[in-house]
Amino acid sequence: MRNITLSKAVNEALAEEMRRDSTVILMGEDVAEAGTPFKVTSGLVEEFGTNRVIDTPISEPGFTGLAVGAAMTGLRPVVDIMFGDFLFLIMDQLCNQAAKTHYMSGGKLTVPMVVRTNMGATRRSAAQHSQSLHVLAAHIPGIKVAMPSSAYEAKGLMKTAIRDNNPVIIFEDKLMYQDKALVPEEEYLIPFGAAHILREGTDITLVATSSMVQVAQTAADRLDEHGVSAEVIDPRTIAPLDEGTILASVKKTSRAIVIDEGHQSYGVTAEIAARIAEKAFYHLDAPVQRLGAMDVPIPFSPALEDLTVPTPEDVVARALMAMRGELFHVS
Amino acid sequence: MAKTAQKNSDAYLQMYLRMVKIRVFEDNANELYLAAKMPGLTHMYSGQEAVAVGICEALETSDKITSTHRGHGHCVAKGANFKQMFCELLGKDEGYCHGKGGSMHIADQANGNLGANAIVGGSAGIATGAALTAKVLGTGDVAVCFFGDGALGQGLLYECMNMAALWDLPVIYACENNLYGEYTHVSEMAAGALMDRASAFGIEGHEVDGQDVLAVNELSHQLVARSRNGEGPFFILLNTYRYHGHHVGDINRAYYRSKEEETLWKETRDPITNFGNWLVEEKLASFDELQALQTDVKAEAKAAVDYALNAAYPAAEDVIKHVFFETA
Repeated sequence: MRNITLSKAVNEALAEEMRRDSTVILMGEDVAEAGTPFKVTSGLVEEFGTNRVIDTPISEPGFTGLAVGAAMTGLRPVVDIMFGDFLFLIMDQLCNQAAKTHYMSGGKLTVPMVVRTNMGATRRSAAQHSQSLHVLAAHIPGIKVAMPSSAYEAKGLMKTAIRDNNPVIIFEDKLMYQDKALVPEEEYLIPFGAAHILREGTDITLVATSSMVQVAQTAADRLDEHGVSAEVIDPRTIAPLDEGTILASVKKTSRAIVIDEGHQSYGVTAEIAARIAEKAFYHLDAPVQRLGAMDVPIPFSPALEDLTVPTPEDVVARALMAMRGELFHVS
Repeated sequence: MAKTAQKNSDAYLQMYLRMVKIRVFEDNANELYLAAKMPGLTHMYSGQEAVAVGICEALETSDKITSTHRGHGHCVAKGANFKQMFCELLGKDEGYCHGKGGSMHIADQANGNLGANAIVGGSAGIATGAALTAKVLGTGDVAVCFFGDGALGQGLLYECMNMAALWDLPVIYACENNLYGEYTHVSEMAAGALMDRASAFGIEGHEVDGQDVLAVNELSHQLVARSRNGEGPFFILLNTYRYHGHHVGDINRAYYRSKEEETLWKETRDPITNFGNWLVEEKLASFDELQALQTDVKAEAKAAVDYALNAAYPAAEDVIKHVFFETA
C-alpha cells in the first residue's frame, strides 16, 4: 500500500488500462502535454503517443460525439470533460446518443465509453465551474454513474468503468485531487453497484457520496462524542445503486440522513430518501432527511459559497434532532 | 447522365435495382401508414434514391455509414433486407432492432449501418468517430455521414468537420440538399454558399447532381478510394428533391412549395426513370427487363409486408432488456 493522491490514482488507472488494452484512448481538451488543468493525465501522451492521447479543440459536443462513434466501432474512448458544468454542452451526445444506442439497436450496438469529469463547490470558481450535476446523468437509463470518494475508489472505479461495455460517467471531486489515500500496489477493481460501509453503527445511517463521505465521517466522529453511533455508507455508484446495503442499514439503525453535493431538490438525496421511505418505512423512527447543495446557483463570494454545501455541523445537528425526535417541523 | 463511369452492366443494373427497392419500400411504408397499420410516423426517402445508392455502391460492407430520420434509403442501399426492415417499422421482434428503434433508429450493424438518427445532425459525431477508429486501428474503413440541408444549422456538424480536417480522418460528409428542412426552404435557413462550409475548414468539397446516380457513384468511388489513402475528409453537396412531405402526414404542402415544383422534379428529374431510360438507350437493359425487375421487387416487398404484419411483437419482458449491455 502507498499513500497517493486521487489525481495520481486516476492517472495510474488510465495508464494501466491503456497498457492492458490498445483500444483504450483518451481524448479531451489539453489532456496531452498539458495533462489537464488539474494535471491528472500528465505523462500519458509521452507513453502512449498522440494517436491515443488526443488533444481536442474546445468542442465538447463534437469530441463526445466522436467518442460515441469510436466506441460503437471498436475503440474504448475515455473522454475528458474539463469541468462537470460542461455536461450541459454534451447532453445530446451523452443522453440521446450514447445512452440509448444499445437499447435502440435492440442490443446490437454497444458504446463502451467513459466520460471523466468533475464536481464540487468551494473552489471559488463561481456558478459555471462549481456544479455537481451527476444526477442529470443518473436520471437517464443507459448510463452508469460513479462517484469516487477517495483515491482508492477513484482508481478502482475508473478501471472498472473502462472495462464496462456501457457508457459510464465518473465525477471526481475537484477539491480532492490532492487528497491522499492508501492504494494497493497490485491491481484491483471496484465493482459497480456495491456500496461500501466505511463505519458500522447502530443509531443512524449516513448515506454520503463523493466528498460528502468525508463530511459524514467527520460528523460520525463528533456524533460518537454525543454517544450516537452512526453508520456511514458510500454507494460508490449511484447508477447502479446498491439499494440493498442502504436498506439493510436503515432497518438496523431506524434513522437515515442522505448527503450529496448536488442540488437538493429532485436530487440524489431525494431519490435515496424516497427509496428508504418506500421500502423501509415501518423500520423508521424518524423521517429520512436530505442534505444537498442549496437550491441556488453557486455564488462566487466565499462568504456565500460556503453556505451552499452541507457541512459536518449540519449533519451532526440533523442527526441529534433525529435522535431526540424533533424532526417533524424542520423548515 | 455522366457517362465516364466504367461500363459494367452488372454494376449498373445493381444500382438500378437498389433504387427501385428504395422507391418500392417507401411506397409500401406510405401505404402502411395510410392504412393505419404502422405505429407512428415515417419520413420518405423517395426522390433521393440516387444519393444513397450512388454512394453506398462505392462502399465495402465494412465501411460505416450514419443515417438520418429519413433513413430507409440509406439502410436499403447499404444492404438491408425488406423483411427485417418492415418488421422494424411495425415494431416487431424480428426487426433489425427487435422493434425497439423503429423507422427513425433503424440500424444494421452487420452491413456497417450505424443507425438512423432522430436528432437532426446528431450522427455527425458518430460518423466522424467511426473514422477516428479506422485511423487509430488502421482498419482502412471509410465512414460516410449522411445528413440533410437542415443539419447545416447544427453546430455539432462544424465541430466534427473541424476535427476531421485537423486529424485527416477518412470520413465523407454527404449533404443531401433536398431543398427543405422540415417545412422551410433551405434559402431561409442557410446563409451564404453551402459549399463554403467545407472550404472554411480546408475540406475538399464537390457538388454533384444528386438525381444522377452515375455521377454520384463515380465521384464516390474516387473519394472513397482517396479517403482510404489518407486524403480525407471530403464534403459532397448532393442536390436532390424530397417527393413526399417532411413525413407521411405532411399532405398539404402548398404553403411551403408548389405542386408545379413537385411535378417538375418528378416528371423531368426522377433518378430511376432517367437512369432506366439511359440503360435502355445504351442497350444495357431492355425496357421489358427493367419492368420485370420492378415487378419482382414489388412482389418481394408485398411478401415482406405480409410477413411483417403477421410477425410477433416483442415479449413484454423485453422492455427492460438492452438498457445496459450485460456480460453473459
